[in-house]
Amino acid sequence: MKTLFERSVAGRHCSILPACDVPLKTPDHVRTAPLRLPELSETDISRHYTELAKQTFGVNDGFYPLGSCTMKYNPKINEEAASLAGFTEVHPSQDHVQGCLEVLATAEKYLCEITGMNAMTFQPAAGAHGELTGLMLIKRYHELRGDSARNKIIVPDSAHGTNPASSAMCGFTVVNIPSAEDGCVDLDKLREACGEDTAGLMLTNPNTLGIFDKHIREITDIVHEAGGLCYYDGANLNAVMGIARPGDMGFDCIHLNLHKSFSTPHGGGGPGSGPVGCKSFLEAYLPGEKIVFADGRYQLAERGEESIGAVRSFHGNFLVVVKAFTYLLTLGREGVPKVAQNAVLNANYLKHLLEGTYEVTNKGVCMHEFVLTLEREKKETGVSAMDIAKALQDYGMHPPTMYFPLNVHEALMVEPTETESKETLDAAAAAFLDIYEKAKADPEAMHHTPLHSPIGRPDEVKAARHPVLRYHFDD
Amino acid sequence: MNTPKELKYAKTHEWVRFTSDTECEVGLSDFAQDALGDLVFVNLPETDTEAIRGETICDVESVKAVSDVYAPVSGTVTAVNEDLLDSPELINNDPYGAWLFRLSNVTDTDELLDAEGYEKVCAEEEQ
Amino acid sequence: MGSYIPSTLKQQEEMLKEAGFSSLDDLYRDVPEDLKLRNALDLPEGLSELETAKRLRRLAAENKVYDSVFRGAGAYKHYIPAIVKSVVSKEEFVTAYTPYQAEISQGVLQSIFEYQTMICELTGMDVANASVYDGAVAAAEAISMCRSPKKKKVFVSGAVHPDTLKVIRTYCWAAGEEVCVLPVRDGKTDLSGLDNEGTCLYVQQPNYYGVIEDLKAISETAHGEGLTVIAGVEPFAMCLLETPAECGVDIAVGEGQPLGMPLSFGGPYLGFMAATAKLMRKLPGRIVGETEDAEGRRAFVLTLQAREQHIRREKASSNICSNEALCALTASVYLAAMGPEGMKEAALQCYSKAHYLAEGLEKAGLRRRYEADFFNEFVTDCDDPEALLAKLDEKGILGGLPVDNGILWCATEINSKEEMDALIREVAA
Repeated sequence: MKTLFERSVAGRHCSILPACDVPLKTPDHVRTAPLRLPELSETDISRHYTELAKQTFGVNDGFYPLGSCTMKYNPKINEEAASLAGFTEVHPSQDHVQGCLEVLATAEKYLCEITGMNAMTFQPAAGAHGELTGLMLIKRYHELRGDSARNKIIVPDSAHGTNPASSAMCGFTVVNIPSAEDGCVDLDKLREACGEDTAGLMLTNPNTLGIFDKHIREITDIVHEAGGLCYYDGANLNAVMGIARPGDMGFDCIHLNLHKSFSTPHGGGGPGSGPVGCKSFLEAYLPGEKIVFADGRYQLAERGEESIGAVRSFHGNFLVVVKAFTYLLTLGREGVPKVAQNAVLNANYLKHLLEGTYEVTNKGVCMHEFVLTLEREKKETGVSAMDIAKALQDYGMHPPTMYFPLNVHEALMVEPTETESKETLDAAAAAFLDIYEKAKADPEAMHHTPLHSPIGRPDEVKAARHPVLRYHFDD
Repeated sequence: MNTPKELKYAKTHEWVRFTSDTECEVGLSDFAQDALGDLVFVNLPETDTEAIRGETICDVESVKAVSDVYAPVSGTVTAVNEDLLDSPELINNDPYGAWLFRLSNVTDTDELLDAEGYEKVCAEEEQ
Repeated sequence: MGSYIPSTLKQQEEMLKEAGFSSLDDLYRDVPEDLKLRNALDLPEGLSELETAKRLRRLAAENKVYDSVFRGAGAYKHYIPAIVKSVVSKEEFVTAYTPYQAEISQGVLQSIFEYQTMICELTGMDVANASVYDGAVAAAEAISMCRSPKKKKVFVSGAVHPDTLKVIRTYCWAAGEEVCVLPVRDGKTDLSGLDNEGTCLYVQQPNYYGVIEDLKAISETAHGEGLTVIAGVEPFAMCLLETPAECGVDIAVGEGQPLGMPLSFGGPYLGFMAATAKLMRKLPGRIVGETEDAEGRRAFVLTLQAREQHIRREKASSNICSNEALCALTASVYLAAMGPEGMKEAALQCYSKAHYLAEGLEKAGLRRRYEADFFNEFVTDCDDPEALLAKLDEKGILGGLPVDNGILWCATEINSKEEMDALIREVAA
């Protein structure tokens, strides 16, 4: 469809601003470059974006089992709360913000209780940003102890790509350790990797294969005994919140993805929020201001000299925190574990429906997600994980995460979440099984899926070889 | 798979064409380009870089992967093939024409394989 | 208590049984008993929607919403056209994930492509990414783009937003780089401390004090030392002043909040990043490109992905994954609604009104601190900023931000002459 620029008609405009009511002035050196923004009426704009919306698949358009992304339903009351003028019309450096501070302070208290941490910062704006922040806490800890030789972060091969990338941004060297046969941490390999240069370990539990690592206490003990700290990647918290806590598993700091476990929408790629929690001994290093309650009111206070400083301006993605806070109020103490239990139930139920047909990497109980492998099918018939994913689009659902984790070939990672009904899961399973039959009967046809989307598979090689990254005007 | 007899090869899938006793061109083998699929970009080394045998010298990108290129011998980079910056597909179309970089002061050549030896390495990897 | 779980208890029982479990607890048979929480979480009981709504409304009411705002300092109040909110509340945009599946994500991909184009138009640069977290992080990420194995020094103007400087310091500390802050003279960056030992220079235009820097001369001097020039720019100012590209800047970044995002106590905001074509492959984060499908239909995809963390892992130059896509969409819709003439008009009004306000405040006894020209912010001296601001507060006016024995004021197109006259009267009284 046409871009905004192709819809533009010279001289067309919306009526937004009144005439200037003070004398007009211009500075000395003015812009001479053309400013080719589109010229459109409000009707044009409205229809353009309505059309774009139709070509966008959101959680409300259908089942969205994107593994590791926890695409649960985004409650409307959260959105309504975050659009209250008392939150949106508040300047980040003004006074009289007791409501904002109470939201932040209470959200911190609740999330610390859920994770077993003692303090939290809301400055990080996304999960990866949280990882970077958490690693900075670890760096600061060793630095202030004069333990400067600790420059290695241990990351299992099943980890999200952000883990090694965050480590590198923090100046650490990454030590990748292969997972054991069952996808869990190989304790012997971990022991070998640990030493006097170990700064820490990054781990998610349950892991990316959807398995709860039973040896988690032993793992964190090994790292601690070597003098390192343990970082919990909270991407998979939805499976265990209210059931078990990273703090009790021996983790020293964590990040949460409020846009995963805590129901805030993902906005087509953000804004998210990746608060970082830590145990008391790391609290002084947290970035940003802290909120204290004194003399009957909430106040912002500078953290001391030992703080790492700031990782974002102001107080992070505040409105996202409002949404997560609203969700927490709704769930309460009984709701949090219910959510986890049903996320795990839905995953196990769907896994059960698929495992007679598809190869599932995890034979036992899974947590919130499980991984299918099409390795055999790819070898025998040429049908790949991508083919299955693309075919699923024609059944009105979003495909699972493809080609992740990296330690599984032809992987499809399925995370149904707790907000899907039994009927939805039954229908999804039927779609998966139907596609499998079709793929057996006519493998070649699978390469041409999807058939009912606005476009077919795009030529990604062309896009990357000869990048066209902006609209080019004819002149 | 095409493995020209007149070239030398490294186990890490680079080919070496000697232009004198101490100078050579380096590229990626046909086996390598086939395994990597459609290449979309080449991160070439800078000239004057000291290449050390067995160590990463640059990398090539496909849509969903990055693969390191290792120095098959030691030496100094004297030139890079800038045509590849705009047309990485040259490696897929003509792997033995699309050299990546040239080296001078070449040493550490003793581990290079001839075509036959390299084909054995490829055969093993395929299994 | 609500939980948004659709399956009834009966259905949950059926599913458990079918999948071979005896109870919900049985699902956690792999979790060691000593790790399981024995007591319920120390949280209040869950609330009904009605109760939740009341609680949030009460909290929101505890924050003060001012009738007129004359404070900027990194967060700016502009008028937001109604179409903006209408478009960005569309459920498809709000609830979608990152567009990994291009076939069913053309809408969000095209919107990012259009956003990238608009950022290129505003800044004059060749390429833009799909956004980062905010303006301060955009600055820090731009500095990361310049990282070199040999040089470990980074120059930053002393006239940048203090939060930006803090974020830069934190990122550079983590990466083992030294930050050298250049002094400020007469409200402008003093370049005499520059040398060729650094990788880059970061300046802000207009700077924190509102002053318009001589960006062209800054670029020339910094390029003379072999430094990459990064400018943190204000989007309205870009419509009126010479663009970063015209000034020879290599990387233009900035805070996109003024483009249709409310103040929101600091976020979500929008970090935009644009660069010369030469630096295209060093840009962090998502980038959307145009291509076609097998039938030759135009298609948009996430591209140049081999730069990114999910492929390059520890060798990636940035770890960014989620960005601020919905805020980028907000900026696009805002720019489309304003159009080129609307943006120029708004920029001109910001400039004119700030100058009107400065003159009025001067007459009321607040002397402007720097002689240099400014865009929509300026600093005045003030003996007792706190007392003055408290007085304004009582009248429902959020005055400027106190900065070292003075006040940093801001005016935009939203501030009417009437409002400004009222402010000036209060100051004079």
